[in-house]
Amino acid sequence: MNKQEFTITVYTENHIGLLVRIATMFSRRKINIESLNTSPSEAEGIHRFTIVINEFEEVVRKLARQIEKQVEVLKAYYNTNDEIVWQELALYKVSTDEIAEKAKVERLLREHGARAVVIRKDYTIFETSGHREETDKLVEVLAPFGLIEFVRSARVAIIKASRGFHEKLKEFEEAQPGEEQVENEFLNKQEGIFTM
Amino acid sequence: MDTLEAKKETTATIQTQTISGSQAVLEAFVAEGVDTIFGYPGGAIMPIYDALYDYHDKLKHILVRHEQGGIHAGQGYARSSGRVGVVFGTSGPGATNLVTGLADAMIDSTPLVCITGQVFAHLLGTDAFQEIDVINITTPVTKWNYQVTDATEIPAVLAKAFYIAKTGRPGPVLIDITKNAQLQQFEYEGYTPCTHIRSYRPKPIVRKEFIAEAAELINKAEKPFVIFGQGVILGKAEKEFKAFIEKAGLPAAWTVMGLSALDSDHPLNVGMLGMHGNYGPNVLTNECDVLIAIGMRFDDRVTGRLDKYAKQAKVIHLDIDPSEIDKNVKATVGVWGDCKETLPLLTKLVEEKKHTAWVNKFNEYMAEEIKEVIQEELNPTNDILTMGEVIRNLNELTGGNSIIVTDVGQHQMVACRYAKFNKSKSNITSGGLGTMGFGLPAAIGAKFGAPDRQVITIIGDGGFQMTLQELGTIMQNEVDVKILILNNQFLGMVRQWQQLFMDKRYSFVDIASPDYVTLAKAYGIAGQSVNQREILRDALSTMLNHKGAYLLEVMVGKENNVFPMVPQGCSVSEIRLK
Repeated sequence: MNKQEFTITVYTENHIGLLVRIATMFSRRKINIESLNTSPSEAEGIHRFTIVINEFEEVVRKLARQIEKQVEVLKAYYNTNDEIVWQELALYKVSTDEIAEKAKVERLLREHGARAVVIRKDYTIFETSGHREETDKLVEVLAPFGLIEFVRSARVAIIKASRGFHEKLKEFEEAQPGEEQVENEFLNKQEGIFTM
Repeated sequence: MDTLEAKKETTATIQTQTISGSQAVLEAFVAEGVDTIFGYPGGAIMPIYDALYDYHDKLKHILVRHEQGGIHAGQGYARSSGRVGVVFGTSGPGATNLVTGLADAMIDSTPLVCITGQVFAHLLGTDAFQEIDVINITTPVTKWNYQVTDATEIPAVLAKAFYIAKTGRPGPVLIDITKNAQLQQFEYEGYTPCTHIRSYRPKPIVRKEFIAEAAELINKAEKPFVIFGQGVILGKAEKEFKAFIEKAGLPAAWTVMGLSALDSDHPLNVGMLGMHGNYGPNVLTNECDVLIAIGMRFDDRVTGRLDKYAKQAKVIHLDIDPSEIDKNVKATVGVWGDCKETLPLLTKLVEEKKHTAWVNKFNEYMAEEIKEVIQEELNPTNDILTMGEVIRNLNELTGGNSIIVTDVGQHQMVACRYAKFNKSKSNITSGGLGTMGFGLPAAIGAKFGAPDRQVITIIGDGGFQMTLQELGTIMQNEVDVKILILNNQFLGMVRQWQQLFMDKRYSFVDIASPDYVTLAKAYGIAGQSVNQREILRDALSTMLNHKGAYLLEVMVGKENNVFPMVPQGCSVSEIRLK
């Protein structure tokens, strides 16, 4: 087994200090975070972290459990790239003169599905979204035309097999888990996404 | 929605009163049944101390000499009483001095609620006097931490703190309270204990199918072997544990943290695991066919080299913390849950057996260990005193009824190996973190946690010098602890490693001691120093019978080693007897 890209999805309470608590889980094990996004989830008061790392599956599995153990973490999932659909957003600032004068630039932007967000006399900002290679590619081809500035967001990912968090949240809000509720389905079996 | 409405109605009828945030903290303690607080005041926690002045009839406060001593005392209290230890410290250095104890409590799963004062909320982030970002400093060493800046939060936050500290796998919680919140007056509606946090599941649900699988493995096993840790004590499951091993006839060995959960002289107690554990349990770990781990976490000091650890065995792992299962050793069957619940279920399904031949194998190894190591350690044939004979004499005098608090190092391993116990929660030591200086303050706390029991702390000359200022706490509060210093004039464990693995290059392990008896005398504590066998027994007896604190120093062999030993990086079956 080699290291590969894993996307870790963490649902947490929206509390101060949780970002550090989760980040230290990685830094303590000397694992570099490739990308991290945190924002409100579809469930009210619940934040969703999307964290990308390069690691062995074994390490990621243990890490996910350690994260889930934290008091204010509701759930932690980890997935390989083929189990998720993901995007990154990128913004590109280029000189408007270059765009206006050189038709080739316009074609490049069209080919890469870029959209103009702001057009000013002196510069234009384009936006694309996609996988890392796609946004990288546009940086590369824009470089000769004077790319002024570039920024890329962290990855956001949807788990293909996920049924959302609303239902799961209800279980968590119950004071006592019911008999029939499968909470700690054997950890080694990861196929059912909503089992621990 | 309905419940929310109903709640509003009931709260509307409750009489509120105006109290300060500081009072709310103390009200929470009273409601949680706290009787003792270990602490040290300072600027940022003064409002709480001011409120404490009026609570002296309900809450005992023990003024320690250093915050590290305070938190170790809190740990000792928690470990001897099975309740939550409570600690106060001020902001800045007061808070940073707690960090070692928090780390120790975290790794040894000790329930603590620590309250630190903090600068006024409007000063946060301004590098104010004694301001430190205690929340971020303590995040990796707390089960939960929280900063309060508004007094109205205090009742609910404290309720949450106690709930988190004591439920599930226990651990330390730190609540940092800004000075303005301590002073703030607010409408207090009473204290409601916390019983549920939606993101926190203290006990995993017990899955019967895994209990059944585990029982089947045990019933088929010819050489089953139980290894147990502090989970049995924390789960208050000593009886359930005993019933389980007795029914299935399972030999059981303990980790240092599990010591005293099973009586020392129980016929199925086959001894100690790990680096300085007994010969049989280590070697036979690699011979058993089913290894049943209960409330323990396969620390590297227990397993030695992991890729050569119990590879032949099917592993059953019972733990309340799901992240422990498969962490270090892959389990064939993982049984989540509180062992207080899972053990009786398992006991019901296991067949009554004896495994006499297999248990005898442990006894055979023990006979060899006695011949090669123990006999000479406990009854030395030369003039030099050994740590082992001190413990043997102590056993004979106490009958295994005392609480033994140890520090860290050679004396700790010897005490764990040879001290006898017939009552749970009697062995208090720094296991996971290996904190030198733990012993003396922890013993103070242990005495407050179990005032009716004899508390003896066994400490090396190195560890004692790390926190000896707590003699002041013993003096001022007349704490009846017996301090037994085993002085080998070396940092013995490091010296042993230097001797065995570093060509006897004794690099900075030669440590000088003050005159401990005179030192104790300065604190009004009686004491004696012995270096002869003829008077050892009497000296121990004098110590035990003395009313109040007593310090006994025993001069032991300078270069004695602790054996058996599993050298680092070796398999448990490569354990050395010399």
